[in-house]
Amino acid sequence: MGTYLDHAASTPMRAEAIEAMTPYLDHMYANPSGSHRFAREARKALDEARDLVAATLGCKPGEVVFTSGGTEGDNHAILGAVRRLGGVAVCPAAEHHAVLHCVEHVNGVVVRVNNVGTVDLDDLQRVLEAATDEQPITVVSVMAVNNEVGSITPMRDVARIVRKYAPNAILHTDAVQAACWMDLREVTPLVDAMSLSAHKFGGPKGVGVMVIKTGKNLEPLIFGGGQERDRRSGTHNVSGIIATAKALEVTDKTRAEEMVRVTKLRDRLVDEIRAQLDGVLDTVPREHRVPGVAHLCFSGLENEALLFLLDQADVYASAASACASGAMEPSHVLEAMGIDRSWSNGALRLSLGHTTTDAEIDLAVSAIVSAVNQLRR
Amino acid sequence: MKVLVAMSGGVDSSVAAAELKAAGHEVVGVTMRLWGGESDTGCCSVSDVDDARRVAQQLGIDHLVFNFSDDFNTHVVAPYVQAHVDGITPNPCIECNRHLKFDRLSERARLLGFDAVATGHHARIEHDDEGILRLTRGADDAKDQSYVVHMLDQNELAYTMFPVGHMTKAQVRERAVELGLRTATKPDSQDVCFISKTGGRETFLGNRIPFRKAEVVNEDGSPAGKVEALELVTIGQRKGLGIPGGGPKQYVVDVDTPNARVIIGEEARLYCESLTVDKVIWSDLRDIERLLKTSDVLVQSSAHGNAIPATVEIWNEFSVRVIWNEPQRRIAPGQSVVLYNMTNKYVLGGGIASAKK
Repeated sequence: MGTYLDHAASTPMRAEAIEAMTPYLDHMYANPSGSHRFAREARKALDEARDLVAATLGCKPGEVVFTSGGTEGDNHAILGAVRRLGGVAVCPAAEHHAVLHCVEHVNGVVVRVNNVGTVDLDDLQRVLEAATDEQPITVVSVMAVNNEVGSITPMRDVARIVRKYAPNAILHTDAVQAACWMDLREVTPLVDAMSLSAHKFGGPKGVGVMVIKTGKNLEPLIFGGGQERDRRSGTHNVSGIIATAKALEVTDKTRAEEMVRVTKLRDRLVDEIRAQLDGVLDTVPREHRVPGVAHLCFSGLENEALLFLLDQADVYASAASACASGAMEPSHVLEAMGIDRSWSNGALRLSLGHTTTDAEIDLAVSAIVSAVNQLRR
Repeated sequence: MKVLVAMSGGVDSSVAAAELKAAGHEVVGVTMRLWGGESDTGCCSVSDVDDARRVAQQLGIDHLVFNFSDDFNTHVVAPYVQAHVDGITPNPCIECNRHLKFDRLSERARLLGFDAVATGHHARIEHDDEGILRLTRGADDAKDQSYVVHMLDQNELAYTMFPVGHMTKAQVRERAVELGLRTATKPDSQDVCFISKTGGRETFLGNRIPFRKAEVVNEDGSPAGKVEALELVTIGQRKGLGIPGGGPKQYVVDVDTPNARVIIGEEARLYCESLTVDKVIWSDLRDIERLLKTSDVLVQSSAHGNAIPATVEIWNEFSVRVIWNEPQRRIAPGQSVVLYNMTNKYVLGGGIASAKK
């Protein structure tokens, strides 16, 4: 196994989560919606998982909806609001495509971001104020933490503006990248809906959590057996949900010390690279960024080439998002932030997490310095 | 050797990768994403990338995708559109080879420490008696692609490999079947990758440039018909000119772009004695001196056309005049013209048919 610095793409599963889910992949296989004793045991485990998630997120158990992942949550919030309430969806330009493409799909409004990649609050206010009675804003979706550059949105300010200028709008946050680095109990009270993805905090892929506050009605995306109080049909992914709850619990309990530990590693990573190389832009100032993300732009090189050399050196990192073919696309986040192509062509995201060690940072620094030097030769 | 093989998702490049691996090279496959727009035949469509990746997995080699769509647009698509405005008939596949496969890709391969770039073209690279690298026709006469890769000079030939050039197409497919590759029976790509079958060239260009209506006239200037889009007319064309039937067949013999006129005439008027070729790239510069002494060559001016006997008059390193042994149909300006040696075995050089008469 190489040096894994792509935790923002996916995290290794927590051992506790694997252990918790295993019985439900094996002998505890009943459908929790069934009416026999065996089913009731699965139902109990599911309900316990829901309680645990609610406690960790600071909401009521009835407000927790299990989904297939972050993308489903984002789609549900935006499409569900517009289908139920009509009106206009709004999001900032640096959102994850799971939000941005939904908003574009329903001909919504995209708001500018500032130079750290978070929503431009003045532009948000301007857009909300400009809404008419015929075309009211019905949903505003703002990510808590940016997935590419790691910048933290001041959600309190966003909530204040949305409540004042679009009091009837549903405020949703894509908190997929926040779970490891923010106490979500502080975010949940500010919003009407929130989406999380289990595999970003040590849970399994294919499971997500949505918070939909009581009284906030969204049109379901998926119809069928009426699971999740009619908000999300489909047989529960019991083992996945149980692993998700466990991973979230462990993440929450260890967060405070992990933030200190990972911040140190991240800062050392960036400092050592910058000490050995010229022409390195630290894309977002540290005070605006979560501990787990280092985002650097190297002048005079192309990140496809850089990623290949890092891959050869067994250092796993990423740049912008990839399109369906797997090709690297120019980053819409960096473009929205106004970063010049001469920098953004050489963008590199190094994302750390619960398994990152000092030794990995040493290996990464040496691989990155040598790769950049080779490409700039 | 460490070889970067360009994998389009077709059978030839799949087998090229397999042959390199079998020969013991350290092989990495790469698919270039070139065209981001609508397409149904595209060599960079998602399903082709899927095919290339799956073949790479089956062969046990790494597979990458490089996004060269900006370069493709700059060097292939934009010039293709402009050429039509200028009344020139471009060959985008050759420009893609010139600027993408054997420039952008080989430049990156060098940067990343590869010893060679390989593709699935049906052509061979062989040393002649004097040690010169010769871009030689592929073993399969019907599939030979030396014409479309004619722009490789000694420097690039030394850095390039064509692992299936010694095989026939049937052998390539057999090999793919033996290896269980999913591309084994995939049809050959025929068309320009960025032009969809449904819309065709007309829709593609129509979305990008305004078409000019043009008068179709006889050589004496008398009116004969009308066309809706001057940009879509090519020398030698016979249909869609809005001229009444009957009488001898009429062909486009010239396109007068500045005055928006299409000149037609009988087939005999299409024939000419010679042809000017610009932007010539020589496989080996020493051939210039040879040709100054013995100027006989064979000349091919389309991907699967015959090689026609001619002599060549060298004006300078970059421009030549081809004098046909017997008059030939006029080559549309913009088409690639490739010179082969007298045994029709290897490429001497090639360039672009000039608009100059």
